[in-house]
Amino acid sequence: MPTLPAPVEALLEAALVGELTVVNAAGRPITYPLIPLYDGERIYLTSSVLFSRKLEHLKHDGRVSLSLTDPVALGGRTDRATIQGDALVIEDDPHHGWERLLAIWERKEPAIVAFLKMRVALPLFFERSLIEITPRRVLYWSDGQASTEPVITELEREAA
Amino acid sequence: MDRTKPLDIVHGLAKLATYPHHVLTWVDEAGYPVSVAVVAAMDAAAGRATFDAPAGLAVPTDRDVSLTGSHIRPQPGYGYDERRHVTVWGRANAAPDGRLAIRATHAWGWDEAEIPFFEYSERSVGRSRRYFDALSAERGTPVKPRLAPGWLALRATRLPFLTATIVPVLVGIAIAATDGAFDLPSAMLTILGAAFVQLGLNVANDVFDTTQGADDANVTPTQFSGGSRVIQYGLLSLRQMATIATAFYLAAAAIGIVLLAIRWSEALLVIGIVGFVVSLGYTAPPLKLVYRGLGEIAVAIGFGPLMLLGAYVVQTRGALSWEPFVASIPIALLVALILYVNEIPDRRGDAHAGKRTLPVRFSRRAVIRGYDVAVALAYAVIVVGVVAGLLPLPALLVLLTIPMARRVHDGLAPNYDNPYGLMAVMGVNIKVHAYAGLLLLAAYALVLLLGAFAPSMDLFVG
Repeated sequence: MPTLPAPVEALLEAALVGELTVVNAAGRPITYPLIPLYDGERIYLTSSVLFSRKLEHLKHDGRVSLSLTDPVALGGRTDRATIQGDALVIEDDPHHGWERLLAIWERKEPAIVAFLKMRVALPLFFERSLIEITPRRVLYWSDGQASTEPVITELEREAA
Repeated sequence: MDRTKPLDIVHGLAKLATYPHHVLTWVDEAGYPVSVAVVAAMDAAAGRATFDAPAGLAVPTDRDVSLTGSHIRPQPGYGYDERRHVTVWGRANAAPDGRLAIRATHAWGWDEAEIPFFEYSERSVGRSRRYFDALSAERGTPVKPRLAPGWLALRATRLPFLTATIVPVLVGIAIAATDGAFDLPSAMLTILGAAFVQLGLNVANDVFDTTQGADDANVTPTQFSGGSRVIQYGLLSLRQMATIATAFYLAAAAIGIVLLAIRWSEALLVIGIVGFVVSLGYTAPPLKLVYRGLGEIAVAIGFGPLMLLGAYVVQTRGALSWEPFVASIPIALLVALILYVNEIPDRRGDAHAGKRTLPVRFSRRAVIRGYDVAVALAYAVIVVGVVAGLLPLPALLVLLTIPMARRVHDGLAPNYDNPYGLMAVMGVNIKVHAYAGLLLLAAYALVLLLGAFAPSMDLFVG
């Protein structure tokens, strides 16, 4: 499994929100703010079926980027990163499948557990697909400034 | 029902200008998106954004790039709020000052301060339908959203609203008991039968509001208004809901027949038939009472005099008196006010579907005044009923709910156009009816107790 640079892992751990960019059928980038969930190997995001257009784009083209840029959402950190990777949509069980990430999600949004108990009030919000990103390339700005060239890390691909 | 709106470019750029930094994104030669944080200057009127070229990265000029702003406010120990984001797209080119410029061609975004999350979700329900349709086609077997059976039953039948039935039926039984008529088996059957009628009504209401477009047109349903949404969400089909409604009505009819057999009276027969017609005709063609502006009156009659007198005559075997009728009036008014206030957030969708409820037809001022008049009338009937010797003195306990009604009044004006703010007001309004009914019940329990232990004490004026 490719290993992310340590500062980027720290950013992922801290990030309440990152910007997931997918590519639509016309080749245009579409960016969605989402909570990045990192299990130490892969990056996960979840998408309610209510907001599932991104999933359509991903099924058409799995090439994505996840950028971590907002100091407010990064606990005051000013370094920034963009992770390019290949995304897989996991939708075996939209009802319960995503709940395996609940513990990681809860660390970033503690209220989610209480919301889940009120599933009856928001049933479609809790029908969700998982987006699993395997990172392949990382751009990192230690000072967070676009005027500085990013440090680019090519991650080793798994053997087929 | 995917009804999220695109932004116009000027508006999109103006919004983007409020963000401290922007995420510039393009698709690189390998087909992967690349994002870098920049600080762009917006000229919304000119439809243009300019920014310094990022170091070491070539921004393409032969394809669309985007600029995104996104915002949250962290709430430690909770999560975050104040969610908003906006993206504009366009081709990048070199500006005369050596910077890069984008002439915007598209914009899109969401701000929960403008479209609350619940409304945004509701506007996106069509997207979830398409998702499940596509997944079903992909797998070759139906894939549907789910809820645990208990929660689904609760949601589909709107079970918590049963207080509207329980209150008048118990009061009717209690008044009959103070008149010396009480039969436990028929009392239990009355409660069950009346509950089935209401559950049938609740479910049938969803069926007919769906077939007539009212529930689909409503994008601001709340916990208390806008129907159960189980059909719209794909949790149950229209046919399943129609079957459930039919089952409830058949069960209610069976209990009604049993009650007629064991506690026969012409009054009960008439009340049963009228109740059935009012219940089914509430939303069902051809009557469609709620669509003709008669919903509030139908609910007042159905959940006031019909329920209370029906329960009363079951116990008395058809004997009628003024007391249960007078007691049913405040309950009728308060239950109609539940519907009336719950119709306020639904009024745009209702108007779209041709549902001429009072909040659809009247101005905000008239609707609030209507609430004040009706609730004042409910309490006035209690006082007049006690003074006239038709209701017992402890019935004045109902006046304890006046402060709650006052809270409803106070909450109507500031939340009139905010369905989610109105939710708390609707909750209190439901409690006004339930607590008033329970206090009336307590009053009759007191009458019964004193009748048993202090028969010389007269709790009626005059």
